[in-house]
Amino acid sequence: MSTSPRTLFDKVWDAHVIRPETPDTPAVLFIDLHLIHEVTSPQAFDVLRERGLRVRSPDRCMATMDHSTPTTPGLVFTDPIAEAQVRKLEENCKEFGIQLYGLDSDRRGIVHVIGPELGLTRPGRTIVCGDSHTSTHGAFGALAFGIGTTEVSHVLATQCLLQRKAKNFAIRVEGQLQPGVTAKDLILAIIAKIGVDGGTGHVLEYMGPAVRALSMEERMTVCNMSIEAGARAGMIAPDDRPDLQSDEGATFDREETLDASKLEPMITYGTNPGAAIPVRDAVPQADEYMALEAGKPLLGRPVDVVFIGSCTNSRISDLRAAAKLIEGRKVSARTLVVPGSQQVKRQAEAEGLNKIFQEAGAEWREPGCSMCIAMNGDQLKPGQYSVSTSNRNFKGRQGAGGRTILASPLTAAASAVSGKVSDPREILS
Amino acid sequence: MKEIRSKTVVLSVDDIDTDQIIPARFLKVTTRLGLGEHLFADWPERPPAGGEILVAGKNFGCGSSREHAVWSLMDFGFRAIVSSSIADIFRNNALKNGLIPVVVDEETHRRLLARPGAEVTIDLEKQTIDGVHFDIDPFARYRLLQGIDELQFLLDQVPEDAECRCPR
Repeated sequence: MSTSPRTLFDKVWDAHVIRPETPDTPAVLFIDLHLIHEVTSPQAFDVLRERGLRVRSPDRCMATMDHSTPTTPGLVFTDPIAEAQVRKLEENCKEFGIQLYGLDSDRRGIVHVIGPELGLTRPGRTIVCGDSHTSTHGAFGALAFGIGTTEVSHVLATQCLLQRKAKNFAIRVEGQLQPGVTAKDLILAIIAKIGVDGGTGHVLEYMGPAVRALSMEERMTVCNMSIEAGARAGMIAPDDRPDLQSDEGATFDREETLDASKLEPMITYGTNPGAAIPVRDAVPQADEYMALEAGKPLLGRPVDVVFIGSCTNSRISDLRAAAKLIEGRKVSARTLVVPGSQQVKRQAEAEGLNKIFQEAGAEWREPGCSMCIAMNGDQLKPGQYSVSTSNRNFKGRQGAGGRTILASPLTAAASAVSGKVSDPREILS
Repeated sequence: MKEIRSKTVVLSVDDIDTDQIIPARFLKVTTRLGLGEHLFADWPERPPAGGEILVAGKNFGCGSSREHAVWSLMDFGFRAIVSSSIADIFRNNALKNGLIPVVVDEETHRRLLARPGAEVTIDLEKQTIDGVHFDIDPFARYRLLQGIDELQFLLDQVPEDAECRCPR
């Protein structure tokens, strides 16, 4: 074990190495927690079945269904293929002895929302899932990253993964976020600065006073989108764990600094998450797919749909923020509000948030990934513009021909009320 | 597996994400098969068939971790992806399936992008593309050349009592 100063990532990595990395071979890394959902697991379970292998540590696995599940009351599937995939997960969990928070569970939800709710996401853990937004759990000082289906089979069979160690990248955020500017705007600004491949090969550690001031849910929003900068993972040191901090003098391979005080609400204009600008700015370059001209602001552009949800922004604090802005007003665009889990839904209903959304004319849905990935029927029609609190604006992400504008829950809520891309600070002030 | 010799297919687009490669609605399958017909399903023009080497813009394969993107490319007929940069998760997924990720310097990249349909040879053993060196993870290279099963390798590496001494 090294005695020289180590970063948070170094410490969590070192604590999980079963066999060290060599020039010829990757390290064998122990995985504390394996999260599973219906889309990326069926082929992995098939591999185990074909090879007569059992799941090595079922107690270190947790499964749920979120991507292709309906968000309409009654959870009635309209797509038999999606339903078959969900049933497959039920069968696999039963066969291999894995705890499943299934369709009838009152703890079901988006996998990266329920992990922390269930107390499974913990500081210092290694956490993987066949899902790139696994980076969310890094908010707890865990080393959490997405893997492919083949690697899912490896973790199921051995509770370990072959991994080469990534580099360290420090993102220091000075100052403090101004009113109306949220954690979502912060991470969009970070990705705009370092680029969608800026973090490739690195684990990001977010630090500095503006990060320390973030709540846990806000930290999850930031870490969630680490993958959109190409990073292996994103981490934030827990507040009360002296053993899980980057040491004084620890070396980072790259460093960037931002001033949170200068940030504004952000929106994307292009077709990757790095194509983001402050909400009042002019679009810097024309985008044919988005049908946007250079030099004109997006502000004031009519939108067809507003989506408040996803593993980025569907937790109770996100819903409270959106509700506060929407309360007493009506929406002017089709608005879907999809809580991140049954637990969030219950909490929101206890606080009357659902009534606020419904009285405004918005749709209050069952939990799930919903329109973030548009696998369950919640989707845009070709040519429609959405303001979405999700994490990806790739072409067709929310439905073939759909045009996604990523934003914070406040910006989304303001845009829902006006029916146009809006600056939430105008309503808040 | 040692050598791939083929005409190139060129997609001169940067940041091709895995949603483009295989849209989410095709992820509801429970097998790995038959995804080639949905490759770039929502693009106005799909790539021409016949070439085994895809030369693409930088940061190929970014976005979602869906391994279906690799399966789709391979089912379509590709055996190698060449670019100046390839996203991490995609690169790992590619290596797991024997789709060779070839990362080259910018000059070589430009040259290849400018010559669609050129006959190109990738030699995995020598780690060269038309004689120009490319880096590849040594373990993945060894595994692919020797036909080693990675899951078996991992099973052999992990002791029965493996646990971590991690902070609780």
